[in-house]
Amino acid sequence: MTPTVVLPVIIGGLYAAGVYLLLDRSLTRVLLGFLLLGNATNLLLLSTGGPPGLAPILGYAEPDEMSDPLPQALILTAIVITFGIAAFLLAIIYRSWRLVRQEVIEVDEEDRRVARRSDTDADDIDPDDLAPEDRAAMHADTLSAERDRVSDRDVERTLARQYSGIPSDDVDLPPTQRGAP
Amino acid sequence: MIRVLTPLPVLLPLLGAAAALLLGGRHPRAQRTLSILVLAAVLTVSVALLLLADGDGAASVSVGGWPVPLGIVLVVDRLSALMLVVAATVALGVLVFAVGQGAADGDDETPISIFHPTFLVLIAGVANAFLAGDLFNLYVGFEILLTASYVLLTLGGSAPRIRAGITYIVVSLLSSLLFLAAIGLIYAATGTVNMAQLAGRLADLPDGTQLLLQSMLLIAFCIKAAVFPLSAWLPDSYPTAPAPVTAVFAGLLTKVGVYAVIRTQTLLFPGGALDQVLMWAALATMLVGILGAVAQTDIRRILSFTLVSHIGYMVFGIALASSAGLAGAIFYVVHHIAIQTTLFLVAGLVERQGGSTGVNRLGGLATASPLLAILYFVPAMNLAGIPPFSGFIGKLGLLEAGVADGGWLPLVLVAGGAVTSLLTLLAISRVWSRAFWRPPAQSPAEDTYEAAAADAGPDLSPALEPVPADQPEPVGAPEGARAGARRAAWERHTAVAMATSPVTDGLGEEAERERPLRPLPRVMVGSTAVMVAVTVGLTALAGPLYGVAQRAADDLLDRTPYISTVFGGEEVP
Repeated sequence: MTPTVVLPVIIGGLYAAGVYLLLDRSLTRVLLGFLLLGNATNLLLLSTGGPPGLAPILGYAEPDEMSDPLPQALILTAIVITFGIAAFLLAIIYRSWRLVRQEVIEVDEEDRRVARRSDTDADDIDPDDLAPEDRAAMHADTLSAERDRVSDRDVERTLARQYSGIPSDDVDLPPTQRGAP
Repeated sequence: MIRVLTPLPVLLPLLGAAAALLLGGRHPRAQRTLSILVLAAVLTVSVALLLLADGDGAASVSVGGWPVPLGIVLVVDRLSALMLVVAATVALGVLVFAVGQGAADGDDETPISIFHPTFLVLIAGVANAFLAGDLFNLYVGFEILLTASYVLLTLGGSAPRIRAGITYIVVSLLSSLLFLAAIGLIYAATGTVNMAQLAGRLADLPDGTQLLLQSMLLIAFCIKAAVFPLSAWLPDSYPTAPAPVTAVFAGLLTKVGVYAVIRTQTLLFPGGALDQVLMWAALATMLVGILGAVAQTDIRRILSFTLVSHIGYMVFGIALASSAGLAGAIFYVVHHIAIQTTLFLVAGLVERQGGSTGVNRLGGLATASPLLAILYFVPAMNLAGIPPFSGFIGKLGLLEAGVADGGWLPLVLVAGGAVTSLLTLLAISRVWSRAFWRPPAQSPAEDTYEAAAADAGPDLSPALEPVPADQPEPVGAPEGARAGARRAAWERHTAVAMATSPVTDGLGEEAERERPLRPLPRVMVGSTAVMVAVTVGLTALAGPLYGVAQRAADDLLDRTPYISTVFGGEEVP
C-alpha cells in the first residue's frame, strides 16, 4: 500500500479547525467545531480500514479485493451518535439563546419591575425603602407575579412596544406566544 | 442460565424506557410503577448474575450469534456483575426518591414525562458499559448513558442548568471523541476491537505505540471519571441538577469511568507503563478535591468536591496494580457509589426541610428533624472513614496495599490518603455543626438576604431564572420584620432562604408556590433511609463483599479467565 498524504492532511486540518472553533465563546461555533471534530474522527476511522477496495459483498468481489467493512460500520454508528448529539446541542443552544437574548434586549428583572410599576417613576424609588423582596437586580428573585397578576407575556408585550424602533444587534424577538398563562 | 440473564440488564431498561415513553403524559402512575418494576427486575437479574459469576466463573454472550471475534460480545465477570448490582441498587433507590419527590410536588400536572424513560435509558447505558466485551460497544454504552445524562442534567431548561449543561456536554463530547479516535487507532494497529483479542495483540505492538494508545484511552476515561487535571467540569455541573439526578450522576457516572480505567489498565495494558503518572494524578485528585470541598459553603458543592477527591483513592488502588490494591479499589468503588448517592439524596432532603443547601443559611436541623440528622450523620461518618463503617474498611485496605507496595511514592500517597480522610471529616463535620447542631437563633439574621444572594453565587442565583413569576411568595414572613424579634428574624430567614433557594427540584417547579416548613414526604425519607441502610449493610457484609472484590481483582490480574471466557476455551486467533 502506498501511503497517501491527502487523508492525514484533511484529518489534521479538520482537527485543527475543530479545536479552534471549540475554543470559541459562541455556542454555535462550538457546535460547528464539534461537527468538524466528529468528521475528522470519522475520517480517521475510515483511514484505519486500509487501502480502498470493492464493496464487501459476498459474490460481488473476491475477499482480497474487498475493503474492510468494520470501520464503515463503526463510522455509521458514530455518525448516528454525532447527529443525535448535534441535534440536542442545537436545542440547548437555542434555549440558551432565548434565555440570554432576553437579557440582550434588556428584559431583565429591573425592567420587568419598572414596566409593572408604570404609574411610578422608577427614579423615585429608593431601593432601601423597599422590602427585600421588592428590591431590584440580584434581589429580583422573590418577585411574585401572583401579587398583581401580570403575566410574562404582558410584560414582554409592554417591553416590545417600548423597545420597538430601537435597533438591537440581533434579529427581533417577537413576544413569547406561549408565555406563562 | 447466566447466558440468558446477561443481556437483560441492558435490554430490560431499554424496553422499559420505550414503554414508559408511551405511557408518559396520560398514565403517570402506570409509568412510575413500570419504571420501578423494571429497575427492580434489573436488580434481581444483577444479583443473580453476581451469584452465578462468583460461583461458576465468568460468562460471555455473542450477540446475534456471530462468531466471537466478529460479533459483539457481552461479558459478565465478577467485577462487572458486582458493579451491576450496586448500580441497580442505587438506581432503584434514586428512582423511588424521585417518584416521592414528584408526588410531593404534584408532578402529575406538569408536562415533563421524559424523566422516567430517560432515567431508564441512562441505566441501560451504564449496564451496557459494564457488560461490553469490545471497545466499540463500550463507547456505545458511554454514549447512551451520556446522552441520557445530558437530558437529565438540563431538565427544565432553566438558565443555570443550561449553563452548567453546556460545560458538561462539551467536556463529555471531547472525551468521547478522544475515545473514538483511540478506538480507530487501536483498530488500525491491531485489526480488532474485541477486548479479549486485544489483550493478546496489543502486547506485540512497539512500546511507543502502546503508550500512545494507552494514554489516549486513559485521558478519555479520566475525563469521565473526573481525575484531577481533568475534573474541573464536575463541581460546576452536578450541583445544579435536580436532587435525584445529581445523586445518580454522582454515584454512578464517574464510576463508569473508573470501571473503564480498571478494565483497560488490567486487561489491555497490564505492563503498568503509566502507573507512576496515575499515582501522581491520584494524589493530586485527592488533595485538590478535598481542599476544594473544605472551601465550599454549599452542601451540594461540598459533596461534589469530596466526590472528585475520593476518586483519587480508587485511582491509587488501580495504580498500585497489585492484587490487594485492586481489591481495595473495587471495594471502594462499591462503597463510594452507595455512599455518595445517599449523601446527595440527603442533601435533597435538607434542601426541602431547610429551604437551602448553603450551610450558612441553615441551622437547627437536628432539632427540627432528628430523623434527617441521623440520615445525614451515618453516611457522612461513613464517607469520612470512621472505623466501624465500610469507608474505613475500604480506605484501610487501600492504605495497607500502599504500605505493602513499599515504594516511596505509594507511601506518599498513603500519607495523602490519610490527610484527605481527615479533611473529609473536617468538611462534613462543618456541615454537621452548622446546618444541624447550631441552634436556629444563632444563624446570623443579618446575612439572610444579602449573604444568601451572594452565597448562591452567579451560577446558583435564581435571579437568572427565566420565569421569576413562579418563585414562591415568602410564606410566613411577617410584614416589615426587618427589626423584629430574633424569632421573627429566624422565621423570616427561613422564608427568605426558601425563596432565594434555587429551584432545584425541577420535577415540580409549579407546585412550589407555597412552601411552609412541612413534614418531609414519607416516600423520599423512606427511600433515603433504605439507602442509608444499604450503606450500613455494606459494612455488615464487608467480609463477603471484600472476598468478591479480592477474587475479582485476582481475575483481573490473571487475565486468562476473561480471555478464555470470551473465546470459549478455543485458541485465541
